Amino acid sequence: MIATDLSILTPEIVLAIYAMIGLLAAVYTSKDGLASTLTYVTAVLFVVMAFYIGVTGGGTRIAFGGMFVDDGFARFAKITILLAAAAILVISHDYMEKSDLLRFEYPMLITLATIGMMIMVSAGDLMALYMGLELQSLSLYVIASLRRDSVRSTEAGLKYFILGALSSGLLLYGASLVYGYSGTTLFSGIIDTAVNGELSIGLLLGLVFLIAGLAFKVSAAPFHMWTPDVYEGSPTPVTAFFATAPKVAAMALFARVVHDAFGGAVGDWQQIVAFLAVFSMFLGAIAAIGQTDIKRLMAYSSISHMGFALMGLSAGTEQGVTAMLIYMAIYVTMNIGTFAFIMSMEKDGRHVTEITALSNFSSKEPLKALAVLVLMFSLAGVPPMVGFFGKFAVLMAAVDAGLIWLAVAGVIASVIGAFYYLRIVYLMYFGAEEDGLDGRMGLVPWVGLVACAAIMVLGVFNLFGVDGLAEAAAATLVR
Amino acid sequence: MHIADFTFYTFAIILVTAALFVVVARNPVHSVLWLILCFIQAAGFFVLLGAEFVAFLLVIVYVGAVAVLFLFVVMMLDVDFAELKAEMAKYVPLAGLIGVVLMMQLVLAFGTWEFSAGVEARLASPTPPLDEVHNTQALGLLLYDQYFLLFQLSGLILLVAMIGAILLTLRHRQDIKRQDVIAQMMRDPAKAMELKDVKPGQGL
Repeated sequence: MIATDLSILTPEIVLAIYAMIGLLAAVYTSKDGLASTLTYVTAVLFVVMAFYIGVTGGGTRIAFGGMFVDDGFARFAKITILLAAAAILVISHDYMEKSDLLRFEYPMLITLATIGMMIMVSAGDLMALYMGLELQSLSLYVIASLRRDSVRSTEAGLKYFILGALSSGLLLYGASLVYGYSGTTLFSGIIDTAVNGELSIGLLLGLVFLIAGLAFKVSAAPFHMWTPDVYEGSPTPVTAFFATAPKVAAMALFARVVHDAFGGAVGDWQQIVAFLAVFSMFLGAIAAIGQTDIKRLMAYSSISHMGFALMGLSAGTEQGVTAMLIYMAIYVTMNIGTFAFIMSMEKDGRHVTEITALSNFSSKEPLKALAVLVLMFSLAGVPPMVGFFGKFAVLMAAVDAGLIWLAVAGVIASVIGAFYYLRIVYLMYFGAEEDGLDGRMGLVPWVGLVACAAIMVLGVFNLFGVDGLAEAAAATLVR
Repeated sequence: MHIADFTFYTFAIILVTAALFVVVARNPVHSVLWLILCFIQAAGFFVLLGAEFVAFLLVIVYVGAVAVLFLFVVMMLDVDFAELKAEMAKYVPLAGLIGVVLMMQLVLAFGTWEFSAGVEARLASPTPPLDEVHNTQALGLLLYDQYFLLFQLSGLILLVAMIGAILLTLRHRQDIKRQDVIAQMMRDPAKAMELKDVKPGQGL
């Protein structure tokens, strides 16, 4: 029994053993001498594992008495997470080396965080959920304050840690209530507790606390307060990582909890998730208008995007989960491209993040400016970029589920949000003549930026088949 | 009223009072001491439940290690707590309102406590009869067998905590002398000492 169980966890075990070997190898060699190699090896291993998960295993397999679930949904999320993490590692290498931050612990902590995320998306039990979440969060707290001599970076780490601990507390309290009323921590047991699509009031209270904790992790308003400060204070590659893989993991976990554990009472959580969605979309769209720092702007942008993803989830249908998965896959790709560009923003040899530095960028670097333009249009959801199809999918899911008011609110928020994306484009193309960015971009980030922009344009034909995969994945979750 | 009920309410009342004082105490050291009282009362609950191993764990680990560590940190931190408290006082009305609303909701929920149907069948690991299986044995079976995955994951979390502590605090200082054990052992006594024959009245 134990051998079968362990074989289902092969990717996680391989990554965990790799992390330990990597740490030992780096400790026994010269100081941070292996950091570069480890970064690339980790990225390659992530891609190999994503491939392995993609080709092996079909159907739904459960391990450790239902604590760990390996189904199509988990595999879709894991592949997205692994590829996103690999891309960020490779793209961030130049930046980390230049700012003297490339320590060997960095790729190792990313590996451990990724294991946590993989456990999260496969969790079939409240305790496994918490373990995965904590493994992920703890690694992220540490890398947020990687630049330990900078007050901003340590503040970001500390802020993230304290607010993260608070949200973990809320989540655990909710979990204890759910356990207290239902008598089990297994999702497969909790799902039986809904009678005629209704939860008892105690379970409902537990669910609310659980959702509050999860909303913090996906940085949905009103639990978003940490996001701008943490995004701004952390080193840019770390911010890029925060904006991609952990968001997918947290969103997938959210979907798993509400469908796997509380799928019998859709009506009870639908309104909460819809509220979170509306609040996030509008807050992200409106608060970003006044931002002058591109990292803070991306923070509000991600809050708004999480609102849209939650809109898909709030539909409570298979179509909704499909839309959410498509949205997350597109969101991650757009963010990788955008952050590849943000990492290369340099002026007089120093990294800058003010958006005014983008002034008149197009006359100097037409191709890069065009790539950023495509990404901004896609983030804003302007057709015919791929970002539009993501938004379209969630809006359709909401309309089909009868939440027309939610879809209308989404369209309005999307129009408001377009303003700040277009302002960046405006600055690049029509900004005043002044000393703009002058840094050179490394080859790898350049490839990342252009490839992501190309995907945003070329994907309009068939979304590279992501929609079909997402549909198959969602079918295994929603029953 | 049984003796068990009486003990339960005594523990409960002291626990809640102590918890209140943790929050409102002026001196942070007093807060930690109240927290220790909380832990001890909670340990009392576990004894009442027949879980003596967990009770002792709570006393030994939480009171013995964690709370004492807290005490050290609080005493060594150079923070003006009075100023923090003043800052906090601004938010007390709003926080109080939210607290009251939350408490009313909880009362509403706990007032109509009913387990969802079929709870006995779902219990993952019911407590085995105490006279047959020891606490420690029951916990061990659960922890190392059924919850093997979670146990290993906790190990990984602790590993991350260790890496984090080292990464964020370890500094390789170049300007200090370190002990070099190999050099010490390989030292040749003949070269380490130099004998000078000082002539009287001349000096070196």
